[in-house]
Amino acid sequence: MEPIRGEGLVIAITGPPGVGKSCLVDGLLHRLAPEHIVAVLAVDPTSPLSGGALLGDRIRFSVLDDESKADSIYVRSIATRSSSGAVPSIIQSLASHLLGNGFGLVIIETVGAGQAEIRCAAIADRIIVVEGPARGDGIQAEKAGLLELADLLIVNKSDLPGADKVVNDLTMSLSITDDSPEIIKVSALTGDGLDQLPAMIFALESRVSSQRARNRQRLLMAHEHLLTANPNFEAILDRISQEGLSLAQALEELS
Amino acid sequence: MGERQRIIIAKPGLDGHDRGAKVVARALRDGGHEVIYTGLRRTPNQIVRTAMDEDARFVGLSSLSGAHGHLFPTVCNLLREAGLNDVIVFGGGIIPDDERSALHASGVRAIFGPGTTSSEILEFISEAAGRNCGVGSQDPWHWGE
Repeated sequence: MEPIRGEGLVIAITGPPGVGKSCLVDGLLHRLAPEHIVAVLAVDPTSPLSGGALLGDRIRFSVLDDESKADSIYVRSIATRSSSGAVPSIIQSLASHLLGNGFGLVIIETVGAGQAEIRCAAIADRIIVVEGPARGDGIQAEKAGLLELADLLIVNKSDLPGADKVVNDLTMSLSITDDSPEIIKVSALTGDGLDQLPAMIFALESRVSSQRARNRQRLLMAHEHLLTANPNFEAILDRISQEGLSLAQALEELS
Repeated sequence: MGERQRIIIAKPGLDGHDRGAKVVARALRDGGHEVIYTGLRRTPNQIVRTAMDEDARFVGLSSLSGAHGHLFPTVCNLLREAGLNDVIVFGGGIIPDDERSALHASGVRAIFGPGTTSSEILEFISEAAGRNCGVGSQDPWHWGE
């Protein structure tokens, strides 16, 4: 059941929409390639209405236009597809296969806004949460429940006003725990603060609380898979709607 | 709709008109497909590399500034050279009627000019997906014949 792993690291880079994750990943890739062989799995949400997806992360990776670096990088755009949770485990398989085939680092980039995306991040060894100058509505990552997963917090767009406030807000939020991750300020646009990132990432240590938060997500994912993989799942769903089967009874039958 | 497809929408060459490509990309998404938009000023090699990395079934090429006669066949040739013979190529933009048969001959299976409806493009995707009409196929079929 456990996929085969090679040496190497799987990291997730996640955060609210619009904070500059893709540009940050691009800046990081410029500094990793060609010494490191890196894969990026760029996850974007599937439209619940149409089942389709516009996979727009790849367009930000200017590093792919640099011929001296492009052959050290593999980028794959992935849609979250159905809500059954199949995609996170597929990404885990993909990451394992990549590591077992010469890749030293796999970066999973997701928007940390939905359960599917958060689970994609949770399969990684380390999680980096990216924030940006607030738009007047507080720390989005906190609201999305992402902070507990973070091994490192990056505040992007340090070239804009408001970045320092985000750093302060995050520091205050995290000060109640005694196991809080480091917070750094960067600008993916100007490159400020990016040079330190490769070394930081490879040296990142897991914290007890983030490990626990990751395991929580993995356990919930495994449990959900157990329920939905039961061959009677659809039939029981029908009975809930049509025969008034209670949720408690349904759960009992599925376990 | 048929099966969900992975489709690249690409802007080869120096043409900066991207509104049409973006409209088509969204329409394909709304039609249930997974669309990767390459952005502007892509070389044929970059487009083929994207199709390879992303395991795309379709590549849509947009050109409004007249370079289609050179760029579209170049993309088709590079796809074949890379062994991506099952990839289905279609094009759109400003392409004069009397230049279309040469493009079809080079492997472009459909050409959608101004006024094309989203539903027509989606129908093409659905029908082409069920045929053996990749860029390496000998089948001379193209949309609209």
